[in-house]
Amino acid sequence: MTKRTALHPQHLAANAKMVDFFGWEMPLHYGSQIEEHHAVRQDAGMFDVSHMTIVDVEGSEAKAYLQHLLANNVDKLKLPGKALYSCMLNDEGGVIDDLIAYYFDDTHYRLVVNSATRDKDVPWIEKQAKGFDVAIHERDQYAMLAVQGPNARDKVHQVLDQNWLDLLTALKPFQAFCAGETIVARTGYTGEQGYEIMGEAAFVQQLWQDLLAKDVAPCGLGARDTLRLEAGMNLYGNDMDETTSPLESNLTWTIAFEPVERNFIGRNVLEKEKAAGIKNKLVGLVLEGKGVLRSHQKVVVEGVGEGEVTSGTFSPSLKLSIALARLPMDSQEQCCVEIRNKLIPARIVDPCFVRQGKSMIEKEK
Amino acid sequence: MAEIPSELRYTDSHEWVKLEGEIATVGITEHAQGLLGDMVFVELPELGNVHAGTESGVVESVKAASDIYAPLNGTIVEVNEALNDAPETVNTDPYGEGWLYKMKVENPDEVTSLMDADAYSEKVEEDTD
Repeated sequence: MTKRTALHPQHLAANAKMVDFFGWEMPLHYGSQIEEHHAVRQDAGMFDVSHMTIVDVEGSEAKAYLQHLLANNVDKLKLPGKALYSCMLNDEGGVIDDLIAYYFDDTHYRLVVNSATRDKDVPWIEKQAKGFDVAIHERDQYAMLAVQGPNARDKVHQVLDQNWLDLLTALKPFQAFCAGETIVARTGYTGEQGYEIMGEAAFVQQLWQDLLAKDVAPCGLGARDTLRLEAGMNLYGNDMDETTSPLESNLTWTIAFEPVERNFIGRNVLEKEKAAGIKNKLVGLVLEGKGVLRSHQKVVVEGVGEGEVTSGTFSPSLKLSIALARLPMDSQEQCCVEIRNKLIPARIVDPCFVRQGKSMIEKEK
Repeated sequence: MAEIPSELRYTDSHEWVKLEGEIATVGITEHAQGLLGDMVFVELPELGNVHAGTESGVVESVKAASDIYAPLNGTIVEVNEALNDAPETVNTDPYGEGWLYKMKVENPDEVTSLMDADAYSEKVEEDTD
C-alpha cells in the first residue's frame, strides 16, 4: 500500500500522472514536465515535498549530538530559523544521506532528510543518539510545499498573513521564518528564488489552493529532477551514496574540518583520503553530439581513464543534454560518453548549468 | 483513452503502421508517446534492409530512451528528417507529422499479422490495469 500526502486530492484535481516514488504515491507531471520546468525558470511553480522525512532533535545535548552526527558543523547556526545543508556519513566516510538542519535554539533542531532513505536514516539517527541527552521524534503530521521561480516569493507574499510580510521580505537565503507550526524557509532544489514551507496539513492544502489562484504551476517529480540537475545539485542515490566519499561528490564545501577537535562520524576516513590524494571528482558534462546523457553511461577521458555518468538528462532550458559525472581527478576539458555503443564528445564544465534563469555554461564556449 | 485510428495496424511494442500499396509508414502510437512523455531526441534509422522485430531507431523523452522496432520485413526508404529539429512533433501529432520512417515492404500481406485497432485497444487496456 503506497502512502499519500495531504495534497493527494489536489494532485488528482490537477490531473497529475501519479507514480510510486519509494512507497509514496507522488505526481510525476501534470501534463508536460517541460512546461512545468519552464514555469519555474520563468514565473513560479510549486512542488509537493510532504513525502520528505522530518525529524526533530530536542534535548540539552542536541547541539553536541548533531556536531557528532553531521559532517557540516551546526555551530555555524546562530539565528533561530537558520538552515544548514549537510551530509550524514557512515563510519567508512560514505554518505548515508544529505539533509537540511534547521536551528531553533541550542536544545532544538529539525532535520529534513530524504524519504527514499527514511528506513535507514531514522534507525541510524536514533542509534547515534545513545549517550547524548536528546530525544528524536519524527514529525509526520506536517505537509511541505516548495514554491520556486523568479515570481515565487512575491506570489507567496500575496497569499500569506500580511503581518509576516516585512519579516519574509527581509529573509536571507537559507534562513527561515517561524510562526507557530509554520516554517517558511528560503531554501529549494531548483536554482531559483523561492521558499520551502512546512506546516499543518490544512494550512498547506489552503496554501496550494491560494497559489493555484495566483497561477503558480503545479510541478511534478519530473520537472524537479531536470531543475535540480540544471542547478548542479546532487541527488542522493544517483550522485552519491554509502559507497562514495563526499570529497569525490562535489560536496567538500559541506564538510567542516575546522575546528580540528570536532570528531564527527567519518572524519578519520576523510582525513586519510585527503592525505592519500583524492582520486575522482564530480563534474558537469555538456553533450556536444546528438543524444541524451543518462546515469551509468561510461565516460572515456583520453589519456586519463574512465568514469561514469551519475545523473543525466535533456536540459529544457539549454536545449541540449547535460549530466553530472564522476571522472578521474586529472580529467580536463573534453571527454567522450558511450551512448548505444558510440562515443559521443562532451565538454567538461563546472557542475552548475543554470542559475536564476541564466545559462552558466555560455562563458566557457 | 488515447486515440487509436481504425485504419492503422499496430505492434506489441506500440508502433503503428499505415500501408499504402507496398509502402508502409511507421510511427509510435498516442498511447506510447503519452507513456514516454515530452520527446527531446529522435534517432532515425539508416536507410536499408530491416527485418521485422529488429531495432530501427530510438525515441528519447526527458524521462527515458525507447527503441523502435521494425514492424515488417522490408527496406527503409525515407526517414522524417523534420524530427531532428522538432522531436516534440511525436507528442503533438503522433499519427500525422510525427511519423518516423517509410519502408518498402517485402510482402504487403504480412501486415495482417499485426494487430488491428480493436486488438490494440484491448492490449492498451490490459496494460493500463
